[in-house]
Amino acid sequence: MNDTPVIEAIHLRKTFGETVALEDLSLSLPRNEILGLLGVNGAGKTTALNILLGLTTPTSGSLRLFGRELRTHRVEILRRCNFASAYVALPGNLTVGQNLWTFAQLYGVKNHRAKVTELLEHLEIPHLRKRVTGQLSAGEATRVQLCKAFLNDPELLLLDEPTASLDPDISDKVRTFIRARQRERQTSIVYTSHNMRDIEEVCDRLLFIHKGRVVAAGTPAEVLALFQRDSLEDVFIQIARSEAGDVFAAAPAPK
Amino acid sequence: MNPRIVFALVCRYLFLYTRNWVRLAEVVFWPTMELVTWGFLTRYLDSKMGGGEAGPFTWLLGGVIFWDVMFRSQQGVALSFLEDVWTRNLLNIFVAPVRPAEYLASAFGIGLVRIAITVLILWSLSWVFFRFNLLDIGPALVPFFGCLLVFGWAIGMFATALIMRFGQAAENLAWAVPFLIQPLTAVYYPVAVMPGWLQWAALTLPSTHVFEGMRGVMAGLGFSWSHFAWAVALNAVFLLLAALFYGRTLATVRAKGLLTKVATN
Repeated sequence: MNDTPVIEAIHLRKTFGETVALEDLSLSLPRNEILGLLGVNGAGKTTALNILLGLTTPTSGSLRLFGRELRTHRVEILRRCNFASAYVALPGNLTVGQNLWTFAQLYGVKNHRAKVTELLEHLEIPHLRKRVTGQLSAGEATRVQLCKAFLNDPELLLLDEPTASLDPDISDKVRTFIRARQRERQTSIVYTSHNMRDIEEVCDRLLFIHKGRVVAAGTPAEVLALFQRDSLEDVFIQIARSEAGDVFAAAPAPK
Repeated sequence: MNPRIVFALVCRYLFLYTRNWVRLAEVVFWPTMELVTWGFLTRYLDSKMGGGEAGPFTWLLGGVIFWDVMFRSQQGVALSFLEDVWTRNLLNIFVAPVRPAEYLASAFGIGLVRIAITVLILWSLSWVFFRFNLLDIGPALVPFFGCLLVFGWAIGMFATALIMRFGQAAENLAWAVPFLIQPLTAVYYPVAVMPGWLQWAALTLPSTHVFEGMRGVMAGLGFSWSHFAWAVALNAVFLLLAALFYGRTLATVRAKGLLTKVATN
């Protein structure tokens, strides 16, 4: 088994002019682990995700994916990754089948027809294949996005709030699918969400980012113990209401 | 360069055109309206000169069609990018294993498809209604069209890079950039009517040499190898500059984190 971390980020820093968006982010993600990236809006998690995806270049620090520099091996690395976000869509004028065919080609998926069929069935949406993507409900569109995200059996998957704006039933189905698929394929996942139930159910390890800095890291149980709280939601609120260097200070207990 | 990726991206646009008649109408409607307007103007001018149906001003129609070749080629590149912005699909593409060269090659391909459709329609209409047969230009048509196609790609790359850099506020550049150079290109008049200093500027554009060459062929002066050579050489320069500008802008937007802003705003 190859022990090279899927992600190895060392002292990543990103500034936009005078603003420090990310300060000294170091993380190592092994194979077959789901890492939750948490933080309030503007904490720096989107910047971190964009750097991991190669959409934004870090100001300093080193980033290796599968043991290689993302900057110099971009295409080779991206072939082994995939991505889905609540804020990104597939072209609405194309049918689901056309969209998935296109991405299957881009990722070089072999036997793509069978693969798409299998994923659509797994996500309980085989009937959507010929539907126009722009006419899908939020839940259907999310599942189609997930289908696209798992098309190439990625070794690293980046999911940006995949259950945002979904009802509890669909959210549960999405979480179950992600977890099942991840176990089956030993995928490493970076997962961002504001839904703490998502995080508790899905993630093996958490990274809380606040004001550009990592303020807590560990398994959900470790983080709860560290903050002496009963739920991740309470931890989230405590961090959100604290200053960057003062996250353990006794914040008023969230109601 | 992976042909499978280029093919998939081209197909994606073709799916879009076959599923959305408004998009297809845009490729047909505007060139047709332009041709009809210039066609009647040509007919009027020819009648004033006492010419027949295919009179001395018919080359204006050649100008219309040639201009459209360049314009549609440029639009093929810029609108391909904007299409991804409008559909909020840009990030999906930019995090896929697609090289910038493959993305651009697909946009070039779309430019070619748009031109093929437009030229076919304009050629038919101008022949049927205004007795102007584009094929009368002869074999010179191929190198002329080729030069305009390539120059359109170069301008499209400039426009796309500017849209990437300045966001959707700069969207109008997709339409505006070609018209910035239209007066210098001397589409509907010879370069000789410009002031001397402006002629020098005009002749730095490959398109100007094509239009001068086209008028020469239509006036029976034969194919100008000199204009063609200039057009090819200048195209090489513009294409190189456009590629450098595009690559540099892509690096800048990545450094400034602008790609996600353009893609999600």
